[in-house]
Amino acid sequence: MYDILIVGAGPAGMTAAIYARRASKSVLVLEAKTYGGQIVNTPDIENYPVAAHISGFDFATKVYEQAAALGAEFKFEKVTDIADNGDYKTVTTPKHTYEAKTVILATGSENRKLGLPDEDKLTGRGVSYCATCDGAFYRKKVVAVVGGGNTALEDALYLADLAEKVYIIHRRDAFRGEEANAARIAAKENIEVLWNSQVTKLIAEKKLSAIEVTNKDGSVQTLEINGLFVAVGRIPENQNFAKLIELDDAGYVKAGENCLTNVPGIFVAGDNRVKEVRQLVTATGDGAVAATAAIRYLNEG
Amino acid sequence: MNVIIGTQENFEQEVLKSDKPVLVDFNADWCGPCKMLSPIVHQLAEEQNKFKVVSVNIDDQDLLAEDYDVSSIPCLVAFRNGKEFAREVGFRPKDDILEMMEG
Repeated sequence: MYDILIVGAGPAGMTAAIYARRASKSVLVLEAKTYGGQIVNTPDIENYPVAAHISGFDFATKVYEQAAALGAEFKFEKVTDIADNGDYKTVTTPKHTYEAKTVILATGSENRKLGLPDEDKLTGRGVSYCATCDGAFYRKKVVAVVGGGNTALEDALYLADLAEKVYIIHRRDAFRGEEANAARIAAKENIEVLWNSQVTKLIAEKKLSAIEVTNKDGSVQTLEINGLFVAVGRIPENQNFAKLIELDDAGYVKAGENCLTNVPGIFVAGDNRVKEVRQLVTATGDGAVAATAAIRYLNEG
Repeated sequence: MNVIIGTQENFEQEVLKSDKPVLVDFNADWCGPCKMLSPIVHQLAEEQNKFKVVSVNIDDQDLLAEDYDVSSIPCLVAFRNGKEFAREVGFRPKDDILEMMEG
């Protein structure tokens, strides 16, 4: 029986582990992939206090080492179910079942897909969800970005410096992203925006070679491209807890800044919680709040 | 065994003509998930003899990456008898990679 079981070893979960260990609670962190979460994809973090520049990999590794040195135990297994037995919880992975007095859900989110046939098969063969990760493969090539939020705009600006031509395909007639980004897009000669449009087909043999784009007015065109960058938002990874934990319509755990869920003894931290600002610093902040709430719950019995 | 550094020059000999299956790890120094995967790939090379492990740096070997249609990294490609039989994109835990090499 662990005092605190943390689901997810991103910045929120690992910060919770640090706080929990400093309060001498036994801690198990379960992670489906590897420690770090999505910050690992960020080449350069510039907005976290103290570190003017640090790569996501270095950040994640330092936090991991800090939590591990304090005695947090890490296991790399995907949590498939959580059951509430009142004064303790049962957490299931494909291989094991764990028991803990409290649980902190810090699962984060994953990329939203377009939902087109062959999308999975073409991921890594022309379809990407991370411009800074994969942009280097498209020097002097033709790419398209799908989406109209800040991520899409920033991706397009990043790619415009590498690629010969960048299309932005957006289903509305205006961007949702910041005006400053929209203005920079308008000033780029090699970016062309296709408004009121959606990608309706991926065309490929071994790798992506073109996409079919359908306009609101019904007209269809085929664009020959080398790469498609999908930036249509993220989905919180709460599906496996939906029958126990209250989620909002978009799938985020309903909890305020106190990180309390509807189940006593289960807390939430980071991007999978309903919140306004999803940043590294708010994720680590949530980790501290959720761990402190769990510690109080344990101490008050 | 150690991880073999794959190049255009040795790829045919080390990968395509290998008598054992080969796990090829396409990676780059600037790629965070690649750095996460790197220790696992090294462990796999050291701990077992069923398959060889080759690491290809896509910045040094961009033509090799292009030849094999690699456009996201980390990208793990499994070869047997000169042919690709499995491929995984993104970080994968060790057990998943072992399972992939069984395929």
